[in-house]
Amino acid sequence: MFSQLFSVHSRLDSKQRFFVSILSFIIPIIVWCVVSYAPFVWHPKVEITSPADVSYFKQGTLIDREMFDKEVEGAIQNNQAIPQGNPANPVYLPAPHEVATALYTAFTTEPRRRSEKWLHESLWDSIQVIFWGFILSSLVAVPLGILAGTYDVFSKLFEPFIEFFRYLPAPAFGALAVAILGIHEAPKIAIIFIGTFFQQVLVVSNTTRKLDPSLLEAAMTLGAKRLSLLFRVVVPGIVTHLYKDMRILLGWAWTYLIVAELIGTSSGITWFITQQARYKNFDNVYAAIIIIGVIGLTTDIVLSILGKKIFPWEKSMAKV
Amino acid sequence: MSNLELPSYLEQNNEVKDRFTRMKKRPVTLEVKNLNKEFITPEGSVTALKNINFETYKREFVCVIGPSGCGKSTLIRILAGLETPSSGDVLLDGKIVNGPGPDRGMVFQGYTLFPWLTVKKNVMFGLEMSGRGKRVSEEQALQWIDLVGLSNFSNSYPHQLSGGMKQRVAIARALANQPRILLMDEPFGALDAQTRAKMQSYLHEIWKNIDVTILFITHDLDEAVYLADRVLVLKAHPGEVQEVIEVPVPQPRSPDQLLSPEFLATKRRLEELIHPPEDVVGINDDHLNMVRMVDINNEVESVF
Repeated sequence: MFSQLFSVHSRLDSKQRFFVSILSFIIPIIVWCVVSYAPFVWHPKVEITSPADVSYFKQGTLIDREMFDKEVEGAIQNNQAIPQGNPANPVYLPAPHEVATALYTAFTTEPRRRSEKWLHESLWDSIQVIFWGFILSSLVAVPLGILAGTYDVFSKLFEPFIEFFRYLPAPAFGALAVAILGIHEAPKIAIIFIGTFFQQVLVVSNTTRKLDPSLLEAAMTLGAKRLSLLFRVVVPGIVTHLYKDMRILLGWAWTYLIVAELIGTSSGITWFITQQARYKNFDNVYAAIIIIGVIGLTTDIVLSILGKKIFPWEKSMAKV
Repeated sequence: MSNLELPSYLEQNNEVKDRFTRMKKRPVTLEVKNLNKEFITPEGSVTALKNINFETYKREFVCVIGPSGCGKSTLIRILAGLETPSSGDVLLDGKIVNGPGPDRGMVFQGYTLFPWLTVKKNVMFGLEMSGRGKRVSEEQALQWIDLVGLSNFSNSYPHQLSGGMKQRVAIARALANQPRILLMDEPFGALDAQTRAKMQSYLHEIWKNIDVTILFITHDLDEAVYLADRVLVLKAHPGEVQEVIEVPVPQPRSPDQLLSPEFLATKRRLEELIHPPEDVVGINDDHLNMVRMVDINNEVESVF
């Protein structure tokens, strides 16, 4: 049983695969629970329950354990009342149940100020920014990438400049984007666009170049000419790989969201995170991070299931 | 084999002789004139093909055989229009060919079926490229698929088929365009021996019933003798025509003939041309440094 699990390059059966995939989420959660709930693991702080006579102790504050121990010792020596406290983790590591509550309340509590948005509204703003940034980028980058991957002329025409431009950090264009596009959604979409576009052209052209040239030769001996070669052989020949590339690139688009949402009128889920971190509401921060993770994972799973439906010929996809 | 008393490969019985006389009166389908091909490499130019001249008659089956590096693949790629000759001409029905076209069908060793199309759509590809409508293409494609015996698989994708079936689809796809000549580049090279034998008889069956000339590249001597009317033997470095052999084995062919005297005689001749005797001596230059590594007390003292 055990040796079978660890035999090189052999696939587990579907039940085992499912179980192990679930484990990949369970294990980090267990680690988090142990660190949070077992008082003898880590817990470098003490939460004061009774400050006694120590002047700077207040009920509910977190004190380094060393400091606390010193004060307790002092209190014993001076025959004063002994301060009480429970082992605690630092404020930046809330326990799972706290994050769970925060996750729930974040959706149910009204924003404190009227100008602020509900969490689901911020989330929807973010999704829209990502969607438009990524769609606009793809609309331009995919055709350019396919052209560059198919014809050497276009490759030499586009790629040197793009290679240069992709080293310029997208966030550096923030102020410029605001100056040109105003302060609302447009500059945010532009940042996502700049962050995705240049990588996308290069990835797509690379994928296009990997098309088996003998398929093109076969098509030519069957009478295919220029345009039909492009649209009937190149495009369908790479479309499944293109689809996988897009799934990966969509992940990259999310990383530019943080920068995008800080420029102009700050908004969206990452602005929510920044704001909550400033107030030290780390339970809310973790809740928001988990939401982003869940959205990302769900989109990826949906896209992968959709892929199997759209591309029935793709063997490797059909197997997964 | 060399100890066997065999007739000369040049000896033909009357029936065979008569057939060749009639064949040579047929119109010429493909003519290759003074064909040369040089490749420019960083180490200098390499002559792949030198002064190749030959012709094929209508509905003839020609095999091209030669040692590795003789440029047989380069030759067929030039005929298909996938590569351009350095000098010389390729004429199809008397017209110079230029670039690839549907008048010369090609079957590759690596199948090259479009993985995103079903068997039916693969066969329809060429028909649609030549401007035939969807309905007509589909109708004709299904006929060709039926002809290669794959009607039950017309809606399958290539990855669901075995190697032999894939190659049958590739043949149907090439034939659907009704090419003047079918170029086949070691099409059965990747198949196992049994499938290969089956494919050879299928191909002969197809060839007998369809108006098509076949030029077939192989490195398998049996395959060449079994399939061909004539065998074009190439020599390596540079690739030149060494001999054109008229196969004296009577048509129609059957696997029983594989041990007939004419068959063996032709095969021996090919053997001589492709692996000349001095090559056998040459083996000593490239030998294994073998010493006995079996323990003296081994249970099996000698394998003999």
